Amino acid sequence: MGKYIKFFIVGIFFGIVLVKSEAVSWYRIFEMFKFQSFHMYGIIGTAVGTGILLLLLSKKNNVKTIKGTTLNVPLKERGFTRYIIGGTIFGLGWALCGACPGPMYILLGTGAFSIIIVIIAALLGTYTYGLLKNKLPH
Amino acid sequence: MEYILQPWPWYVSGPCIAIVMFLLLYFGRTFGMSSNLRTLCAIGGAGKRVAFFKFDWKSQRWNLVVVLGAIFGGFIAHYFLSNPIHMDLSEATVKDLTALGFNDIGQSLLPPELFSWNSVFSLKGILILIVGGFLVGFGTRYAGGCTSGHAITGLSSLQLPSLIAVIGFFIGGLIMIHLIYPILF
Repeated sequence: MGKYIKFFIVGIFFGIVLVKSEAVSWYRIFEMFKFQSFHMYGIIGTAVGTGILLLLLSKKNNVKTIKGTTLNVPLKERGFTRYIIGGTIFGLGWALCGACPGPMYILLGTGAFSIIIVIIAALLGTYTYGLLKNKLPH
Repeated sequence: MEYILQPWPWYVSGPCIAIVMFLLLYFGRTFGMSSNLRTLCAIGGAGKRVAFFKFDWKSQRWNLVVVLGAIFGGFIAHYFLSNPIHMDLSEATVKDLTALGFNDIGQSLLPPELFSWNSVFSLKGILILIVGGFLVGFGTRYAGGCTSGHAITGLSSLQLPSLIAVIGFFIGGLIMIHLIYPILF
């Protein structure tokens, strides 16, 4: 149990940040895809900028994980088709219901219980991908 | 305290998200929220029928704990750390949504036009949520990640596949908002 507490705390922090930044809001996603506000671009931009910096610094200082291994990011397989098609399908859904997989759960905590329908549908989508995986171009 | 109760500016929120990513890497894991959907399918027994779900899901329990925390964090932020919601959306957005027939814009995190039980129990309302959720779940696994895995973690580590995926996210999002929304609403 003890080893899970740190993940629980990181999760709490993540949930708070995403609500307080309004990144869980359907309205902010709509606004982003309309290019009518800098807000979401500012969040993603500073997240990536800080992320690049943290990863560079940890590499330079040879930071180890708590397990003692080298801290590194799992590499995505090379490819094009799956990323562009899968990404586009994801984007269509993201803009339609305004929630990506993190916010889906977080919204549940804010009492927006109708989001459960989105979560169940997302599970169904993931299951369907698993079924069709070998038939799809990657 | 007033600073916490108000919505947080992007330049505070963005770096905080990077810290979440970094902490998970420091714990020897990675930041990827959509993987939990696959794990939940596996827990539900999908591995008996589909090989893609036949993996050691117990090794992914830590990520489900992150999800539990995120739900709890959402609860705390919404009920204890927020002033009544009045989002500072751009005027252009409010105008466009009004034209589409939306009311009370930005008075809650989610528009009642899509998420109130009244809308959910209409055919159009439930279809939007089901189709939207389905596309997110299908697309994210096809692309091998979502906003956390590709846009934050993948771009932070300068990975080309993630850049392609994020371009895809935007192609899809722009098609939906600019071409499909005007038909839907």
